Amino acid sequence: MLERARRPVQALGHRVIDGVWRTGSMARFFALVLASSGTSLQRFRLVMREVYFSGVLSLVIIVVSGLFVGMVLGLQGYETLQKYGATESIGVLVALSLVRELGPVVAALLFASRAGSAITAEIGLMKVTEQLSAMDMMAVSPMSRVIAPRFWAGVISMPMLAALFECMGVFGGYIVAVVLIGVDNGAFWSQMQSSVDFRYDVLNGMVKSFVFGIAITVIATFEGYDAPPTAEGVSRATTRTVVSSALTILALDLILTSLMLRGGT
Amino acid sequence: MPEEALVDVRSVNFSYAAGRRAVLEGVTLKVPRGRMVAIMGASGSGKTTLLRLIGGQLRPTDGDVRIAGRSLRLMEPGRLYDLRRRMGMLFQFGALFTDMSVFENVAFPVREHTGLPERIVRDLVLMKLEAVGMRGAQRLMPAELSGGMARRVALARAVVLDPLLVMYDEPFAGLDPIAMAVIGELMRKLNDALGATSIVVSHDVVECLRIVDYVYLVADGAIVAEGTPEAMRRSDVPYVRQFVQGALEGPVPFHYPAHPYEHDVRLAPGAGHA
Repeated sequence: MLERARRPVQALGHRVIDGVWRTGSMARFFALVLASSGTSLQRFRLVMREVYFSGVLSLVIIVVSGLFVGMVLGLQGYETLQKYGATESIGVLVALSLVRELGPVVAALLFASRAGSAITAEIGLMKVTEQLSAMDMMAVSPMSRVIAPRFWAGVISMPMLAALFECMGVFGGYIVAVVLIGVDNGAFWSQMQSSVDFRYDVLNGMVKSFVFGIAITVIATFEGYDAPPTAEGVSRATTRTVVSSALTILALDLILTSLMLRGGT
Repeated sequence: MPEEALVDVRSVNFSYAAGRRAVLEGVTLKVPRGRMVAIMGASGSGKTTLLRLIGGQLRPTDGDVRIAGRSLRLMEPGRLYDLRRRMGMLFQFGALFTDMSVFENVAFPVREHTGLPERIVRDLVLMKLEAVGMRGAQRLMPAELSGGMARRVALARAVVLDPLLVMYDEPFAGLDPIAMAVIGELMRKLNDALGATSIVVSHDVVECLRIVDYVYLVADGAIVAEGTPEAMRRSDVPYVRQFVQGALEGPVPFHYPAHPYEHDVRLAPGAGHA
């Protein structure tokens, strides 16, 4: 009886210890990535190559998703604002929703699914096929040559993708509200211009996506580097990247939003 | 082997974690300069671990590994990398970088470690690719190569900087007899032409004994026999005889250690209550 009750507690304890252990390992890994970044910054073309793979190749999903999210915001916003006779504020609603929250968060979630999982799978497979060991035996640090360029590429790409997502979202909202529904064009843009603050709204949104970029790429590179060198190991690592990134993004968003709101009041 | 040793492994013990079973116990061997030495043994005997200790990818729990008189035991990563620039390694399946062409793969160590102009890099790479018969495949990607071709490209990459020591981890695994003979011949010729020293880890008896100068036989993490290929072929030691002849009967058991069979199939008295 006692044994039966002990097992779930034991399992929970194992999971907690494992979680703490992995968090510690990830923090150490992050420090190592920063310490190994010299080569990436000196040979910036290594970073630019990765910007292409993680950033440029994510453009389609970011652009299309941004457009649709903006259009849905336009429709929902119009429906609600109509009840209060404030349909001219639709531009403000769309822009603030996107710039403050939806842009950084949704773009980060899409980036984690599209680029984060690809980074983990690629690094994991390089480990399985001994490419990382081969590099190490050639006296070339995999941390400097493989991990750090991918990390910096993610950090650079994420705010740009979020900005693009927001622009496309505003454009989607414009199409629905102004072109299709017939809200006044001047009111749409002028209200947006007067209500969206560059430092408080736009810059804070950029800070969020910058932090999300760091979190996603650290998780993705760590999971790939730490993956057991088997097919199952890489598959689990890829899944963990998407799940951990999503949860981390949402948790960080809450923390950053509360800090920013406190700073703004 | 009285010649000067380039690689000197002294009483090495190794286990992957404290308290876990020792993978290597009291291993001592020497690899003289200019020679080609094989470390042979059955799968799981500890030979690849030994190769990784010689390459400095693992550190011994006890004992020492010396390369050209320098101990790897407490060597700093920077110094270890300096030493590795003079080493080449051929991995079991080549470990070619899959996002680079054949040419880029071979050029990789040259570009990383030398400031040579691109024209000279090109000549150097083509020279090595020509030596392994793969110059015509320079634009192909690794996914377009057969196992034997990938191994030849990896060999060109391993020797592109004319290393002092070349290590081969199961170079014949998964190759057809022709590809195996080609790789074996290339390994021997490159070793002699470059004046390098080679360590070959393999369990392919025929090909290995054909090309190497000396053999160490590893079993259960210890050296159980050593000698020239001819001495190995003629050996009366039961383990050597079983390994060289590939015999079923001998000191290496067929079964993985287990409970008595009768117990597992519940024929023994009281087995059903286990």
